Parts: sequence; C-alpha cells; structure tokens
Amino acid sequence: MDQLPASYLAPDIVLSARNVVKSYGNTHALKGVNFDIHRGKVTTLFGENGAGKSTLMKILSGVISPTSGAITLDGKPIHFANSTDARDHGISIIHQELSLAPNLSVRDNIFMGREIMTPTGVNFAEEARQAQSLMEELEEEIDPLTPVEELRLGQQQIVEIARALSVDSRILIMDEPTSALSASEVEVLFKVIRDLTGRGVSIVYISHHLEEALQITDYAVVLRDGNITATADAKDIDLEWIVRNMVGENFDLGSPPTGYDFGEVALSIRDVSVAGALAGTFVVDHLSLDVRAGEIVCIYGLMGAGRTELLECIAGRVPKIGGQIMLEGHEVSRLTIAQRIAEGLALVPEDRQRDGLVQTMSVGENLSLASITNFVRGLFLSTGLERNLIQQSIKAVTVKTSGGDAPIGSLSGGNQQKVVIGKMLATNPRVIILDEPSRGIDVGAKAEVFKLLAERAKTGLAVVYSTSEVGECLSIAHRIIVMSRGKIAAEFSADATKEEIMAASGEAVVA
Amino acid sequence: MSNSSQTLQRSRSGLFSDGFDIGQMLLKGRAFFALIAIIAVFSFLSPYYFSASNFLTMASHVAIYAILAMGMLLVILNGGIDLSVGSTLGLSGIIAGFLMQGVTLKALGVTLYPSVWVVVVLSCALGAVVGLVNGVLIARFRVPAFVATLGVMYVVRGIALLITNGLTYNNLSGQADLGNTGFNWLGFNRLFNIPIGVLVMILIGIIGSLVLNRTAFGRWLYASGGNERAAELSGVPTKRVQIMVYMLSGICAAVAGLILSSQLTSAGPTAGTSYELTAIAAVVIGGAALTGGRGNIRGTLLGAFVIGFLSDGLVIIGISSYWQTVFTGGVIVLAVLLNAVQYKKRAKPAPKASPQQTGKPA
Repeated sequence: MDQLPASYLAPDIVLSARNVVKSYGNTHALKGVNFDIHRGKVTTLFGENGAGKSTLMKILSGVISPTSGAITLDGKPIHFANSTDARDHGISIIHQELSLAPNLSVRDNIFMGREIMTPTGVNFAEEARQAQSLMEELEEEIDPLTPVEELRLGQQQIVEIARALSVDSRILIMDEPTSALSASEVEVLFKVIRDLTGRGVSIVYISHHLEEALQITDYAVVLRDGNITATADAKDIDLEWIVRNMVGENFDLGSPPTGYDFGEVALSIRDVSVAGALAGTFVVDHLSLDVRAGEIVCIYGLMGAGRTELLECIAGRVPKIGGQIMLEGHEVSRLTIAQRIAEGLALVPEDRQRDGLVQTMSVGENLSLASITNFVRGLFLSTGLERNLIQQSIKAVTVKTSGGDAPIGSLSGGNQQKVVIGKMLATNPRVIILDEPSRGIDVGAKAEVFKLLAERAKTGLAVVYSTSEVGECLSIAHRIIVMSRGKIAAEFSADATKEEIMAASGEAVVA
Repeated sequence: MSNSSQTLQRSRSGLFSDGFDIGQMLLKGRAFFALIAIIAVFSFLSPYYFSASNFLTMASHVAIYAILAMGMLLVILNGGIDLSVGSTLGLSGIIAGFLMQGVTLKALGVTLYPSVWVVVVLSCALGAVVGLVNGVLIARFRVPAFVATLGVMYVVRGIALLITNGLTYNNLSGQADLGNTGFNWLGFNRLFNIPIGVLVMILIGIIGSLVLNRTAFGRWLYASGGNERAAELSGVPTKRVQIMVYMLSGICAAVAGLILSSQLTSAGPTAGTSYELTAIAAVVIGGAALTGGRGNIRGTLLGAFVIGFLSDGLVIIGISSYWQTVFTGGVIVLAVLLNAVQYKKRAKPAPKASPQQTGKPA
C-alpha cells in the first residue's frame, strides 16, 4: 500500500478496512473486503450466516489478525496485537454469545478485569454506583448486586451491553445485541444508541432482525460469501433491497400448504401448567391447544411468554402441573422423552448448540442418533441401513455437507439446524414441535426449513413451531397462536396482519 | 442414475476422508510412536528387552492396567471419572481369596468350597455392584462423579481391610479333593504360549471395540458424553447409560483384580492402590478427552502399553524405582501437553499475518 485511497482521509470515516483477506487453509472467509465505519453514525453489516460478518468484526476488534489487508484508524495505519490493544484504541465489541460469569453480580461482571482500585482494594461502592447509573440509562430495574444467573436472558444481554458502554469506547461493535431482548428493551437500546452517536461514538451493528436494524442504521453494508455486495445510505434502501443483496434473489418464506384436509386431532393439550421460578407462579398457565394432523401451528410470543416451557413440557423435558397431554388420543404425560419419541412426538429444541447437536460426533452420527435403535440387527448396528438413512436424510433436509462423515462443526448454522430437524424427522414422528427453528439462521436456510415442514405437513405431520419474529408467523402456518404470560392471548388465521399479532402479544408496535 | 452418482460421490468423499485420516493418524498416532521409541531405546540399552518372552511377560503386567483402563475409558467417554477401580480391584481379589478359603455356615455346620468359576462370577458380580452404587449416586442423586467415586473408593478399600483384618490371603491354589483348584490358571497358564491375562485383555478389547462402534449402546455413550442434553432430547436413555458404564468399569476392575491376585498367588487388601490413576493416565495418553465423547479402545490400549513398557524397561535397565516414578509422570505430562498443542493447532489453522502485511509503514 504505497498510495492511500482518498477515503482514508475523509474526515467522517473513523476506521476503515481495505482489501482485507482472511483465509483458513483453503477456505477464504473474507475475500478482499473494504469496509468503512462512519464517525458518530450507525453502520449496519447485513449478511447471511457464514457470509463473514463475525470474522470481519473479530478483525476490527483485534481478536484475530487478517491474512492480508490494511486497517486505518483516523487515517493512520494500525495493527491490533489483540483485543485489549483494540480496546485501548477505543474499540469494543459486544459478542453474539454472552460472555458473563453467571456466579458473579451485575456489578462485578461490568467491571470484570477493569476493577476500580484504591490503595486498599477494589472500590466496590464506586463500581456499584456506576453500574446503577448504567442500569438507569438502559431503563432496566436491576440491582447491581444481583447475581447474573438470576437474571433472565434478555436482562443478561442488557448487562453485556452495559459492560461495553462502561468502557467509554469511540467505536462500539454490536454483534446481534437484541436476540434476547423484548421490543421495549430494543427501543431503549436504540435510544441509547442514538444518544451514543450524538456524542460522536461510532456504532457497527449486526442483526438478523432486518426490519429492526433498518430502523436504527444510517449506513447499510451487505456482505455475501466474503465479499461486500452493496453499500448504501439507509434512507435510500428498504428491506427488499437488503434481502436481495444478501441472498442474491427474492425470497419468500412460503405460504400455508393447501389442497388437502386436516386429519384427526394429533396433539391435544388440556389445561396444562408449568411452574415458574417463584412458588405459586406459572410460566404456562392452564393452557389448552389442539393440533390436527397436517396442520401447521405457529406460536408467537415475547421472551418469557412461556413458549419454550410449553414446548419442552409437551416433549417431556419439563414436568407439568395438572392437565393432560394427549398424542392421537393417548395420554403421554407419564412417558419419558425417549418413550414420547417412540410414540411419535419429537422436539427440535431452541438452542441447537446446547440441546440439539453432539459436537463431538459427525454429521451422519448426529442424523441417526434419535432413530439409532431402528438399525439394530441382532446385537449390532447395521452400518448399511444406517448409511442409507443418513444419505436419505441429507437429501431430504438438503444439508450442504461433504458427506455423512464430515464433522458437525464444519457446517454453517442453517445446515446444523437442518441436521437437528432431520434427526427428529428420521424417527417418523406424528407430531413435530420446533422451538424457534429459525433462530440464528439466514433467510435462505429459513425458507428451506419452512418449505420442508410444509411438505411434511401435507403428508399428515402435525407441526407446531414457535417464533419471536412476526414475519415468520405469516409464512407456512395455518393458525397463529399468540402467547402472553403463559396463556393464549389470541388466535389468528393465516390472513392476519403483523400489527394484529404484535398488538395481541402485548408488544408495542415499533413504528 | 441419481443413485449411482450418489454412491460415486459417497466413495469419493470416502477416499477424501481416508486421505485426511492418514494425516490425522500421524498426528494422533503419538502414543504409537512413543511406544515404538520406548521399545527402540530399551532394546538398545538392554539385550534382554527385545525378546518375545520378555514382551509376553511385560504384556501380562500391562494387561492389568489395560483392563482397568478400558473400563475407565467407558466412564471417561461418558464425561465422568471412576476413582474407585483400584479399591474394587483389591476387594475383588480379597473376595476371591475369602471364597477360596471356604465359607463356613455355622448354622448348618458345613464349610462350602465354591469352585473357581463360581468365585470368578461372584467377584465380577461384586465389581458390578460397586459400579452400580457409583452409577446410582451419580445418575440418580446427581453426586459429582469425582466425589461419589472418591467416597466409594474409601468405603471399598475399608471393606477389603475389614474382611481380612489387614492381612493377606496367601493360599489361593485350592485343593484337588475340595474341587476348587484352578485359580492359578488365570495368572500363570498360557494358551498358544500367550498368558491368559493378555488373552483376557485382548478379548475385552475386542468386545469393547464392538460395543463402542457397532452397538446402539456405544453410540448412546459417545452421544451422552459429547452432549448429554442433546442426547437426552434425542431419546437416549442417558441415566441408564451412565449407570451401565460405571457397572462395566467395576466389572473390568474385578477381572483385573482376579488376574492380579492369581499372578501374585496372593490377595492383599491394599492391592491396586493408586491403580485408578494409572488407568486414567493410560486413557489420557491414548488421546481420550476428559470432557467426554472422544476416545477409543485402540488408543487406550496403546496408552497402557506405553506406561507398562516404560516402567518395566526402567526396571530391566536397573534404574531406581524413584526415577521410574519421575519418568512415568513425565510421560503423562508430555502426552497431555502434546494433546493440548494438537488441539491448539487445530483451533488456529491459519498462519499468523506478518506485520508488513498489515500495512505498517516501513
């Protein structure tokens, strides 16, 4: 780089990356990326999973070094030795995965590694005071002395954000900061972001919630397959533009499958409750629901509405209080998870890393895990039968992989999710329950997953899925159930509007 | 047509992964190369080391550790640990010795002399019971494996001491007229010139490999060790698997105890003290992850041979037992260190960017 491009000297660019390449062996995560962060503005990076967003952010925050390329900060070339070095230059990052110590208090987490010291030790009073004011800024009623493990997920994310705010950085990178936040919390966060940009802080924002990101951003940058495909001023673009540049084509999450009649009631829940954390409270409150064979039901609700608890209770993970769970007319609530799977009731859990996949096993071993007893001939497994199933599954759920022997970690998030779904479909269920099947996967994979479910529904499978994105309610579902505080707040048919659904969930409609 | 292209792709990807595996094997084959190096060095240092008879003698020592280690492998694959195997080994020998002396039933005024196969079965059953206690404590009552098996280790050792009042059974050969001879067969006899202990080790190794690779139980074990929550939600009976591995580990320990007391022609209540640590070391040298889900029988056997051939080699060349301890410890640390280096390499495959590439002015 002997001649600097003009934009290096542009006053409103605080940090810029030029021709950044990052290679892992033969795979190129970034293929010569030019990226600018505008001073005092929000720059949003859009892209599917595996497009290279996180890699680029890790390079900008000093977590990893680029294979080649240049980074300039305030017009001067710079090289970050590590993330502490980057932080000393005023760049901090809120990672997608929470990095809190659950046993420590909010205060201790915020000041972890940067304790305010006095000659006699840590100045806990001052730390608590600052933590308190950060909580007030974020409009969250959390006592700084509360252990983080006692907070719900959304509040933990708030703590993570507070920690990044406490550093006083010039550039703040937010990688999926709102994945666990409620709509009102997102609004507060956006207010804080506006406040920060007003003070000259530059924000880099990454989110799978495209509409939400579009509200806050000033500049949009789209990354696809390690290349920047489009850059634009936010006022010139719309959702469709982003999606078109992200996936390279128009996308459609599908519509409810038609042309057949629903069968008998496959799953019937009667008056079921699940106990809450506090004695006498219910996270699922005397709820009843019927799902017929071939029907697709979407359960929409905010974080904490009780969706996950309801679904895990049906699958046998969480004990219920009272009521009945009937599968094709048989009571299943006394059965273990394994027995329920054998009866035809399968759950695809919300957190695929924690509950869905065995990371030490191959793609094929993960796919066959739930149906493994079907391949036992005499004492031993029939490898031929198992291999057949694995190949069928890979084809049926369209997993992009080099083969069944590939490690599960080599797959992108969307393909991993397909493996989890394929694993449960291999048990030939009558009812499949999916908890946030689209969480953390890109639009393309989302559409494929929904298409797959719609096809299975046509063959008589009853499908129940939950989501926290209203756009996903209005895709393949025949019926939309809105949950709020453990109860069914409303029920809609497929022709409902987003506004109706959001209003019923108790969510303020973000204009 | 699409079928044949599918198989073609399949076989190609199979070839690919085979080629990949050779590279991996060189990396993963550390235990194997260490064993070769140990054999080479000691063969050079001592004329007695490199001979079939010495290898068989050493192998029969290794068999004890290897059998313990294979049981331990199952537990470690499950993400647990079993500290009680050394004590179980001791108690198994003591029970065998106790039964060989004859059981007097005072009420009936008779003394029963069970035949050797009965003794073997009862000892193994005892090992399974100890394992069952471990398994139930861990799976049902959620006691951490380390603590549960530590407690059981003390209790079992105490019971062994109580039975003999601290003494050793020296007469294990039985009497022909009582029909309970043959216990020495385990430790001294040979089939096809191979010690019975080694054959038992090989047999357990084959069964273990089949169980791990070719049964639903094996798959369940790898799955619940890799991610217990995911396994449970996939319908794996994780608690049953957990209890089973501790029972199998207990049975392996009991078998090892029988072979050891037969080899020594005596059963002492302190036999097998600290053997659990040797077994863990063998599993770790064999490349298994203490976090569960990764490891295999082949590696564990290699690990046991590395430890056994090293310590016997040091005895043969006449190095003091204190130094032996130091060497063995060094090998264990080195093995784990290499594991860490390997995993680090895999985690960061990209070469580091050189400073001039990042655009610093020269």
